[in-house]
Amino acid sequence: CTSLFSDITNAKMTEREERRFAEVPRESIKLMAESTGVELSEEVATLLAEDVCYRLREATQNSSQFMRHAKRRKLSVEDFNRALRWSNTETVCGYGAQDALPFRPLKEGELFFVEDREINLVELALATNIPKGCAETMVRVHVSYLDGKGNLEPQGTVPTAVQSLSEDLLKYYQQITRAILGEDPHLMKVALLDLQSNSKIAALLPYFVYVISGVKSVSHDLDQLNRLLHMVKSLVQNPYLYLGSYVRSLVSSVMYCILEPLAASINPLNDHWTLRDYAALLLSHIFWTHGDLVSGLYHQILLSLQKVLSDPVRPLCSHYGAVVGLHALGWKAVERVLYPHLPAYWANLQAVLDDYSVSNAQVKADGHKVYGAILVAVERLLKMKALSLTLAAEGGCAGLPGTATGAVGFRENSLGLSPPPEPLSEPPLGIASHLQAGGAGCPWEEWTPVSLPAMYCELYSFFGDSLAVRFSTDPPLGGAPPSGSRQPLEGRKEPASGAPNLENTRKMPQLTASMNISPRQDGSPCMEPQPPSLAATVPGRSLARSSSSSSVSRSRSSSSRPGRSTSQSRDIFPKARFPLPQVGPPAFSFIIGGRQMGRRCQGRRFQTSFTPTPPLTTLPPRAYAHKLPVIGRVSKPVRRWTCSHYSLHLPL
Amino acid sequence: ARHNSYRGKKMAAVQDAPMELDAEKETKPEILSDGTSNLSGNTASGTLSSPPLTAGGAPKQEDQQTLIAVLQFLRRNKLTESVEILRREACLEDQEDSQTLDGSGGGKGDGDGGDANSLLSRVSIASAAAPQSTLTPIPVKSEYDQPDVSVVLSAYSQQGDPSLYQVYYSSLKNFIESVLDCHRAELSQLFYPLFVHMYLELVYNNHENKAKAFFEKFSGDQECYYQDDLRILCGLTKKEHLKGNEALLDFRTSRFVLRISRDSYQLLKRHLQERHNNQIWNIIQEHLYIDIFDGMPRSKSQIDSMSGSFAGETRREVNKAKVFYGLLKEPEIEVPLDDEDDEAENEEGKPKKKKTKKDSMGSKSKKQDPNAPQQNRIPLPELKDSDKLDKIMYMKESTKRIRLGPENLPSICFYSFLNAYQGLTAVDFTDDSSLLAGGFADSTVRVWSATPKKLRKVKSAAELNLIDKESDDVLERIMDEKTASESKNLYGHSGPVYGVSFSPDRNYLLSSSEDGTVRLWSLQTFTCLVGYKGHNYPVWDTHFSPFGYYFVSGGHDRVARLWATDHYQPLRIFAGHLADVTCTRFHPNSNYVVTGSTDRTIRLWDVLNGNCVRFFTGHKGPIHSLAFSPNGKFLASGSTDGRVLLWDIGHGLMIGELKGHTDTIYALKFSRDGEILASGSMDNTVRLWDSMKAFDDMETDDFTAATGHIHLPDNSQELLLGMYHSKSTPVTHLHFTRRNLLLAAGAYNSQ
Repeated sequence: CTSLFSDITNAKMTEREERRFAEVPRESIKLMAESTGVELSEEVATLLAEDVCYRLREATQNSSQFMRHAKRRKLSVEDFNRALRWSNTETVCGYGAQDALPFRPLKEGELFFVEDREINLVELALATNIPKGCAETMVRVHVSYLDGKGNLEPQGTVPTAVQSLSEDLLKYYQQITRAILGEDPHLMKVALLDLQSNSKIAALLPYFVYVISGVKSVSHDLDQLNRLLHMVKSLVQNPYLYLGSYVRSLVSSVMYCILEPLAASINPLNDHWTLRDYAALLLSHIFWTHGDLVSGLYHQILLSLQKVLSDPVRPLCSHYGAVVGLHALGWKAVERVLYPHLPAYWANLQAVLDDYSVSNAQVKADGHKVYGAILVAVERLLKMKALSLTLAAEGGCAGLPGTATGAVGFRENSLGLSPPPEPLSEPPLGIASHLQAGGAGCPWEEWTPVSLPAMYCELYSFFGDSLAVRFSTDPPLGGAPPSGSRQPLEGRKEPASGAPNLENTRKMPQLTASMNISPRQDGSPCMEPQPPSLAATVPGRSLARSSSSSSVSRSRSSSSRPGRSTSQSRDIFPKARFPLPQVGPPAFSFIIGGRQMGRRCQGRRFQTSFTPTPPLTTLPPRAYAHKLPVIGRVSKPVRRWTCSHYSLHLPL
Repeated sequence: ARHNSYRGKKMAAVQDAPMELDAEKETKPEILSDGTSNLSGNTASGTLSSPPLTAGGAPKQEDQQTLIAVLQFLRRNKLTESVEILRREACLEDQEDSQTLDGSGGGKGDGDGGDANSLLSRVSIASAAAPQSTLTPIPVKSEYDQPDVSVVLSAYSQQGDPSLYQVYYSSLKNFIESVLDCHRAELSQLFYPLFVHMYLELVYNNHENKAKAFFEKFSGDQECYYQDDLRILCGLTKKEHLKGNEALLDFRTSRFVLRISRDSYQLLKRHLQERHNNQIWNIIQEHLYIDIFDGMPRSKSQIDSMSGSFAGETRREVNKAKVFYGLLKEPEIEVPLDDEDDEAENEEGKPKKKKTKKDSMGSKSKKQDPNAPQQNRIPLPELKDSDKLDKIMYMKESTKRIRLGPENLPSICFYSFLNAYQGLTAVDFTDDSSLLAGGFADSTVRVWSATPKKLRKVKSAAELNLIDKESDDVLERIMDEKTASESKNLYGHSGPVYGVSFSPDRNYLLSSSEDGTVRLWSLQTFTCLVGYKGHNYPVWDTHFSPFGYYFVSGGHDRVARLWATDHYQPLRIFAGHLADVTCTRFHPNSNYVVTGSTDRTIRLWDVLNGNCVRFFTGHKGPIHSLAFSPNGKFLASGSTDGRVLLWDIGHGLMIGELKGHTDTIYALKFSRDGEILASGSMDNTVRLWDSMKAFDDMETDDFTAATGHIHLPDNSQELLLGMYHSKSTPVTHLHFTRRNLLLAAGAYNSQ
């Protein structure tokens, strides 16, 4: 009987009047009878065949009851067997497997059969890879619809991504996260590289984004934060990934690294500054390459940066983050947010810098970092603005001096990278009311492009010659030519974008020359202030110039800014150049390397290395500390996370 | 043992019942399967209502025939006393003698009751009496359906000219299609039963090819909702097959009920007599029951809404019996108002408020609902202290209940069973939503705790001896902390578990399985206490009474059984369905039981006497879910056709049709106040319906109540308040918490 049922599958579908049913032809019955050694007459076979068909149908109909009560849509072999069992028929064994049974035709005859491979039971029994059992049946609860107001879209009981995740992808995900967050730096590098170029990981994106959003939980661990940021970078650079709305999540994670007073910052030995720099670069990168995915992203970022900047309660490292963030976002961001805010902010920073008490040393060191960051930012602002003016001038009426056109025909000349200007709304007063009162001279809503000379003047009032030195127009090291001459030039890498930058640097002097000095004739590829011209300039002139401009700014600032007078700040910073009384061997040497914003959104990188020497005994430590910011924003090389040595954190 | 406490005097009546029934038990289900089923309960209650008198007198003959069969059986077994009683009660003395003397199969039913027409037709047909149709000794104990088979089939043995069947049928078809529109719809009802009977007759008389041709020609004319039946018929072409097919035997045993207006009936009768279409007239007389009413013929939609069942429509008189659908009086429990309530009331004067509160509670329960049954109509277990505590908890929770309505829909919480490879077949929640039970196709029952409280077993006997029984926390001490877990597995069944039901006191769990048993599990020890055997076939569903102690089960053997937990044999057997009993529910007042069946009908049974007091037709597919409204007045039913039907129990009427689901409805539940009906289906949706509006919109005036002709407004879309999808989880069970949060449960289907 069992053989009969297993042969049912051989039954041919008849194309006659009953197309709904399979029929067992009497030839099959005869064959089956013969195989068991019974001879059947034609008549008996026919009768048997018909009966078998009927019984089959009956069993099938009965089995559907078992299916319905099992609350299934699919009739299973088990259902059929139950129906057979209840009609006192032997069940059909061996067909309970869940996998589909393939039908195979036999080439010679019109025979179809189910492939039934032989199984080596001994092998199976002795096999060591015991199939793992099914997961435990469990009940998961979730509120599907609240107050009946659920959406009408189907809500999954399991996230969509999980369904499409194959075993391999899951494995990949585990390996990658383990490698990136693990100990082995080499493995990490490989993982990051793969993450950058793998084209099949779209389904995993939500998972990686989720992992990255874990920055908040590891804010004590700089290393982990770095790794996560690298992960962001790899994801962003992967050309096969469409980040979509995940950009927002990534941005918020990066912003966290930039702006938050991380737990790691408590220890001054932790170089969280570098992390912030890197995060800022990353932010700009994300923004330039994927900013179009989320509308209003630029605006939102600017607002949050501005909010941090205008919050006096925030620690200086947060302010630092805001400044480098703005810097990374481009000079327009600096012009829009930082520059108008500077007068108000300056007062606070000045207060920090002027506090010479020992207890304030750490805060003051932080303050210098902020100072340096601002300096770099405004320098680029000036340079880029000048460049844009020059370009505009060249486009419009060539031959005219840059300054003239700059002053008259200033335009928002987008360099192709700047986003379309978005109106910045008035920030809530509650956050920065204190600073806003101070910064009333330049309110937000009345923002108008300031002409370059005016801008320079105002900035000069804050930074004095330390600003000028960035443009290599003024000799900031007037009193100490030897120290400048001994600057080593090693470790300088000029990227492909060096040529236009070079032009920039060459043009800068022309710009500033309108105010005082002749252009320099220096043809070296360096864009930093370099010794030859520096040595040639007369220190006296520089002093005269600075004093004259400071008087302008003072008159300006005195009217608009309460609090600390600018004269003091002006007095301090120029004084804070390299020690005038250089006695004996130079105190230290430094390298400033720099790379301008390139076409490929590399961001600006500075390489500065100091060879720290024991502080001079003749100088009080605070004076020594004070002059550091002149050098500007200093950071270790981006790529050398592990072996960088710090410059500005000298033990005081 | 704990049940001994409520086995007071009150139980006497119920307890005696099975003993009295024992003698007849074997024959009962078959005998009663004609739909009237008066015997089982009446024996217990001691009075026997006379069989319903009907216009044609045909059903009466039917009953008499069965009674005679019973009498013969009793006599053969020397149960003379029983014979006497039965004869006396059924007033059969004279008839019986004439019947037995008469003895010939085909004509035996005519006796004195048959009307002239049928006599005439009978004479004109050569009635070849089947030799086996005399009441020969019937092998009772061996096979379930044997006694009836020969009798039943013999009715088909009259030989007409088989080649003329097609002519008969098509001439009737032509006639019906030519009559006035108003009559056509009514007379079209004849098509299906005639078609089936004629086909079976051909098959029975070995005209296989003619039967096939007949089927080919006319099967397309039948209503689409008979597809399933046609599929069964289609495969059946041999007399031998007929013998084993219970569904068709039932079709034959029960008379297909048609409801036709007098005008239409006269029209039909005249036509058949003019044409001498005796074959058809004969079938109508023999196998159909035509319920003739005076008045306007019904429209097609009216007919369609009520038809579709395996046995035709409901006879009007069946639903005339009084049903006490009201709720029982709540026991009076001193409700200690808890502190926060006191504080709230202090502002307005504590004592006064307290009094009014008590009064309101009392008045509600003291006033006897005129529709409620007597408090002790069915003996109910006494309340234990723990039950009282639970009632207090319930009342407290009720005060925090969210009032639902069309504007205020419930939140839905979905309990997804993950990794249920073995197949989730049944789910139940306790009333307080603290426990969740799942029945699985791999024969296991699993109980989960739906709260953070873990499930613990009671300690073993040896350990229990060591416990200080006087201590205050003895109930805590008896629990074995080592066994605490979130879920417990219950092993014992040997087939898929198709139904699970918690007892109201959360101490027990019932499960019914394919192995033919219902098992009672203790939720203290997580072991099986009793296996109730009786169905012998798969038990599709079981349900605990809302007061505990009793439970009902229904299965493949086409009967539902009422059990008490402390009896190993059923107290009542509710027989009458023509096919499997697929779902069973207790009425909120515990006096009634409702059953749904594969024969596409719903029956309401009186627990007291076992009578079928309501019979609802209208579903077009097997019924898989039933729910009473909390006030006991209404019933909702869902079937494989994806429709929910609403019924007024008091009037015995269909009052609403909710269309929308695209697959079998496996779960129905009313919210705690009855404003919202939730339905869950295989189509992965939960739908919420405005049941209040559905009940209010239906005007049940006396006329509709009398005739049963209802006009269903097609307002499903208005009544649908919300539709909620799960991604890939068929909804197996629905439950409203005491605060009206909707819990849904189902197995996540990963395919």
